[in-house]
Amino acid sequence: MLTLSLILIPLIAGVITLLTKNNSAKQLALVGAAIELVLAVVIYAQFQSTAAQQFSFSYPWIQSAGISFAGGIDGISILLVMLTAFLTPLIVLSTFRQPYKNASTFYALILFMQAALMGVFTATDAFLFYLFFEAALIPIYFLAAVWGGEDRIKVTFKFFVYTIFGSLFMLVALVYLYYQTTSAQGHTSEISAFYKLALDAQKQGWIFWAFFIAFAIKMPVFPFHTWQPDTYTESPTPATMLLAGIMLKMGVYGVIRFVLPIVPLGLQTWGTTAIVLSVIGIVYGSIIAIQQRDMKRLIAYSSFAHVGLMSAGVFSQTLSGVQGALIQMLAHGINVVGLFFIIEIIFSRTKTRNIEQLGGITQRTPHLTVYFMILMLGSVALPLTNGFVGEFLLLRGVYESNIWLGAIAGTTIILGAVYMLRLFQKSMFGAKSAFTEHFADLSFSERAVLVPLVIMVFWMGLYPNSFLKLTEPAVSNLLQMIHY
Amino acid sequence: MLPIILLSILGLLVLFLGFQKSKNILLPATLLVLVITLIANFANWNDAPSLYFKGMLFENKLTMAFSGIVLISALLISALTRGFIDDEAAQPAEYYAIMLFSLVGAIIMIGYENLLMLFVGVEILSVSMYVLTGSDKRNLRSNEAALKYLLMGSFATGIMLFGMALLYGATGSFNLTALKSYVLTNPSPSVMMYVGLLMLLIGMLFKVSAAPFHFWTPDVYDGAPTVFTAFMSTIVKTAGFAAIYRLLSGSFSGAYTFWWSTLAGITVLTLLAGNITAVYQNSFKRMMAYSSISHAGYLLLSLTALSSQSQDAIVFYSLAYSLATISAFGVLMIVGKETGVRSNEVSENFNVFNGLGKKNPLLAFVLTVSMLSLAGIPLTAGFWGKFFVFSSVVERGLTWILIVAVLMSAVGIYYYFKAVIAAYMREGEGNAIKVPQFYRLVLIVTTIITLFFGLLPDLLKGLV
Repeated sequence: MLTLSLILIPLIAGVITLLTKNNSAKQLALVGAAIELVLAVVIYAQFQSTAAQQFSFSYPWIQSAGISFAGGIDGISILLVMLTAFLTPLIVLSTFRQPYKNASTFYALILFMQAALMGVFTATDAFLFYLFFEAALIPIYFLAAVWGGEDRIKVTFKFFVYTIFGSLFMLVALVYLYYQTTSAQGHTSEISAFYKLALDAQKQGWIFWAFFIAFAIKMPVFPFHTWQPDTYTESPTPATMLLAGIMLKMGVYGVIRFVLPIVPLGLQTWGTTAIVLSVIGIVYGSIIAIQQRDMKRLIAYSSFAHVGLMSAGVFSQTLSGVQGALIQMLAHGINVVGLFFIIEIIFSRTKTRNIEQLGGITQRTPHLTVYFMILMLGSVALPLTNGFVGEFLLLRGVYESNIWLGAIAGTTIILGAVYMLRLFQKSMFGAKSAFTEHFADLSFSERAVLVPLVIMVFWMGLYPNSFLKLTEPAVSNLLQMIHY
Repeated sequence: MLPIILLSILGLLVLFLGFQKSKNILLPATLLVLVITLIANFANWNDAPSLYFKGMLFENKLTMAFSGIVLISALLISALTRGFIDDEAAQPAEYYAIMLFSLVGAIIMIGYENLLMLFVGVEILSVSMYVLTGSDKRNLRSNEAALKYLLMGSFATGIMLFGMALLYGATGSFNLTALKSYVLTNPSPSVMMYVGLLMLLIGMLFKVSAAPFHFWTPDVYDGAPTVFTAFMSTIVKTAGFAAIYRLLSGSFSGAYTFWWSTLAGITVLTLLAGNITAVYQNSFKRMMAYSSISHAGYLLLSLTALSSQSQDAIVFYSLAYSLATISAFGVLMIVGKETGVRSNEVSENFNVFNGLGKKNPLLAFVLTVSMLSLAGIPLTAGFWGKFFVFSSVVERGLTWILIVAVLMSAVGIYYYFKAVIAAYMREGEGNAIKVPQFYRLVLIVTTIITLFFGLLPDLLKGLV
């Protein structure tokens, strides 16, 4: 019941927001998102760190076909549910100083997006998962395409067609798997029933690629990433935060949920290819990030590089790789939302995102500087910050699977430091420019967004075990299924 | 078979109502006729399957479901006609009566038990359509469309009739059951039967605009008044597919190994031709014409597979497609008319929708839902339509055709979204369009049903 409420609350809040006047929309959206956060905290407090599905619900949906409306939370979904519940109110809060036209629609779409994301992370029926996976695309598409920048129509359209294209292949794979299952009433689409299928290696290879294309486009993994930098840059910042902070994790989550347990033999054949592609993405994304001038684009490429490492870790099929990916998803979501928000703060004051035109901001803004620095260091994966734990585990995972690939992936530490420090130095230090002459420090609502993020950076960095212990039983259970 | 009798008699009455001075009574009368027929159609829903008219027509839940879809579509489309076909110079009584008569043809096509009845049904429907296509008498394009449709259509009918004759020569019967027992008892039937079946199929595939027999479609759909384009693309298509399905699953399922490869080739061709050409259209109406070809492709896909899922898939898909198409044409009609008043020329390009999201949020929403449904995006009925079609194909194991279909669905998203982008992201001119209450109601109903079946497809599935 609690899980179902996680999906329903944002949905209802979204409908209410849609029907209210524009000027009270953001407060309403914030209240809705806050209620959702409270509910998520309750779930977090009650969650047992075992491998079992908890807070499950199941209603018959398409009875004749054995498809049910079923969901639940296990160790793999708990962190993503928490991430979604934690970030959405902050994303809503981050827009408080910026007026958006047709605000009620804008905030309603954010809440609908949250509902769909919760659905993706909690669904235990494959077709329900697919439904939410695609449904999440509609609100984010409209958010990006209606409220975005100049080139938005073309860019977001590419994003939309690209991602739907990928997920159609997943649909074929799911339908195929569905017909392989047998239960008392014919076929079933429970994900756990898919785990029990033992298909031959060739079929698994095909299904692996069908899933891989869908999830690789979503994450994105090289060479399916071309939609990403443009979409992140052109979208309004709240939409970028949703995309980079949460939506990209749908891909990683999908790999853990579907690819690892369902097609182990496919992975045996193609897993290394997937790791190689991911590692190419890490290096390629980092090198391009170093050359960017537009701050938003820079973070977009850094996000591409980071998700490459997560993907490599997952495909390594090791405990530390998968665990690292889960914790890194949480950490990356927090850091990237913080960084995009800081870019938005700088942009709203200076009207530029070009780091060549910025500089000298530190002199008047002690608060902004400190928060920016912490989030930046978290993203660079300095020890004691949240990025370190995940990155360490991920690299260990890749290293266990293949030493050389591990070594190449390890360059992310150096390259990441280069582009992040360059971003920080060029924008914050140095001489003042015409754009940064009158730069005001953070307002109260801006601090209200950044403080929780910074707290999380340290909490995860200092005591990661409070998160790792939640996921470990489920992950080791999952990996045992692979190595049968 | 009450619907056939009701439609024929009441249709005549509507024709005679045309002698009245006031034309206002015609539309309510037509709607009333359709409602009565719809009730009559479903009145004996729970009866056992039975034969009528000396074994010429057949009725079971499947035929009633198809007839229901046809009648509901006709009801919705008729409700949208006000202000579009009853202007000063027109003779609306004739059009309403012809619409009702054409439904008789559609229902006969759905419920035929004898190939001769199939022919009669096809002809009643087609001749009505030829007339309705040319009903915009002073419009050159409408005239051209009607003539083109008539010439090409007669040709196809001829081939179809020839095919039936050959089938009769080979099997000695027009009866579906007799054909079935012939196919089952003769493991190696004469070549004449194969040729006859192929020619019959070609004639039918022409009617549902499958490639390579689709060349008439864009011109005819484009030239016909939009109301009748909606009529053609929903009712003719549903009836046509019902007829082909009954023929192939009822009589010729035994010869599956023979016809499946031909049908598979046509399916792939239809999917490619419909979707890829639709991408290049500037006119929304022409795009919808090509989209109707592509949807014929998806329905054919399910026919090609002919698995246990196919029947449900075809019924569901026809309904989802009809509803979405009616919404789309409904919005086009009212928006196109308004821009026509503003610029003296009725426009049917994508840019008529520019700025619709601001001017008329309701129309923009209806259009969006209909486009999402046609594109097969989840939470709409169109998604489940595609889902069931794909399921039926996977069950048969025709994976390679499925891959073509999946790629083409992705292409479909591209052209359907052009309308959505125009509505929400482009700046438009002009003020809010005044939408009559009744018109609004029809659009809301189609949209709500589309979304409803998008959430709960089970209510329809497994019914027949």
